[in-house]
Formats: sequence, structure tokens, C-alpha cells
Amino acid sequence: MITVAHYVTLSAILFTVGVTGMVTRRNALVLLMSVELMLNAANLSFVAFARHHGGMEGQVLAFFVIALAAAEVTVGLAILIAIFQRTGSVDAGSMNLMKG
Amino acid sequence: MELIFFYIFAGFTVLGSAGVVLFRNPLSSALSLVGSLFGVACLFALAGAHFLAAMQVLIYAGAVMVLVVFVIMMLHLGKGDLSRLSMSFSQAVGILVGGCLGILLVLRLGFLSEPFSPPSEGGYGGVREIGRLLFTDYLIPFEATSVLLTVAIVGAVVLARKGT
Repeated sequence: MITVAHYVTLSAILFTVGVTGMVTRRNALVLLMSVELMLNAANLSFVAFARHHGGMEGQVLAFFVIALAAAEVTVGLAILIAIFQRTGSVDAGSMNLMKG
Repeated sequence: MELIFFYIFAGFTVLGSAGVVLFRNPLSSALSLVGSLFGVACLFALAGAHFLAAMQVLIYAGAVMVLVVFVIMMLHLGKGDLSRLSMSFSQAVGILVGGCLGILLVLRLGFLSEPFSPPSEGGYGGVREIGRLLFTDYLIPFEATSVLLTVAIVGAVVLARKGT
């Protein structure tokens, strides 16, 4: 039988892969995709715990996360296009105007 | 039987997400992200969230990834942007140890190892129940989400316009 532990373990693995991409890659497009992976890991836990408790509130929350991710990707890609028009590159290492 | 399907879909998801991090070309990463998202949708369906699974395929694997691929095509990336995964030894050890500790922590939580109970009512995860929740208990967050999406559209248009 599937247990919540299966789902939460998979969620932890997905989140770790997302963090790995976030830390190691320098292409800003891939950074956005890693954020998507982490959001999906959160969604997976939401759905698993909703099933565990027999309610559907977790699924509704996952809906909100999906809508939020769509908004985040839209704005993120628009920022990337603006950066590309200025510098001709989407390398996250070269974005140092704010001295971060 | 369910467990076999779970492992198939989970393997699909993990392989896809590993592809996102490991591929050099952003386009390959995007396509393997589509595979990963599709695997997550299958897992949603396996957990009884049927409507959510359909929406995951439509919104994520459909709309969002088309947007990402479109932008990748538009940007004309040069050779310098095909960055390889660059990880120092300490980073690798840190991620590995952190991930393993997280999974151990999850497995030590005893109540997690009970099997899924069969859903109480017939329409669990269906459109009717989700819709009722969205338009009664979660009406204000729902409307706030619509405002957020409008703001995101306006922001994206303003940001991506030429000469800003």
C-alpha cells in the first residue's frame, strides 16, 4: 500500500534536486525551472497530506500554488527578457549591478 | 499494484527533475521538466486528486512550459550560456547530507507510515467538491489570486517592453 511517507520522501527528493539546481546552475532560465521543481515538491506534500486527513483543503492550496507559479514564471521571464535586451546574456553570475 | 505504479511514476519524476539540473542546453532542461511535471500529475491522480492532475497537465505542462520554451527560442542563447553544472565538493557534500537528513526525518515520523485510507465520499478530488471549497471557504484567496494574475500580466508587459 502507498503511504504518506512514500509521497513525502519523493517530495523531499524533488525539493533537494531543485535546491541543487538553484545552487549550482548559472543559467537564469534553469534557475526558474528549479523553482518550479521546488513548488511541485510542495504541491506533492499538500496532496498527500490532504489524502491522509481525508479533506480536500490541501488540494485547494495546491491550486493556489499552481496559479502563483504561473504568475511567478511570467514575471520572471519578463525580467529575463529585459536583462537579455540590456546585456545579451542570461548568466546569473554576470548580473552584478546591485552588488549582491 | 498501486505501489508498482507509484514507483514507475516516481522514477519518471525523479529522472525528469535530474535532467533539468544536468542537461547543458536549457531547451533539454525544459523538455525534461515537462516529463517531470507530467509524472507529478500522474502521482496526483494516484492520490485521488483527479481534477488537480488535469489542471497540472493543462496549466503547468501546457501553458507555463510553452511560455518557457517560447522565451528560450526567442533569446538566441550563445555558447557562453550553455553553462555546465558547476559544483564545488563542499556544495555536493552539503546537498547530499541535507537531502539524506531530510528523508530520514520524514521516515522517522511514525504516523506517516499508515496506508492511505479509502476516500470517505464518492466525489473526492472531483470538480464539484473542489469548486464548492473554492467558492465558499476559499473565496477571498481565490479573488486575491485573480488580482495577482492581473498584476502579473501587467507587470510582464511593462517589463518586457522595448526600451524600459
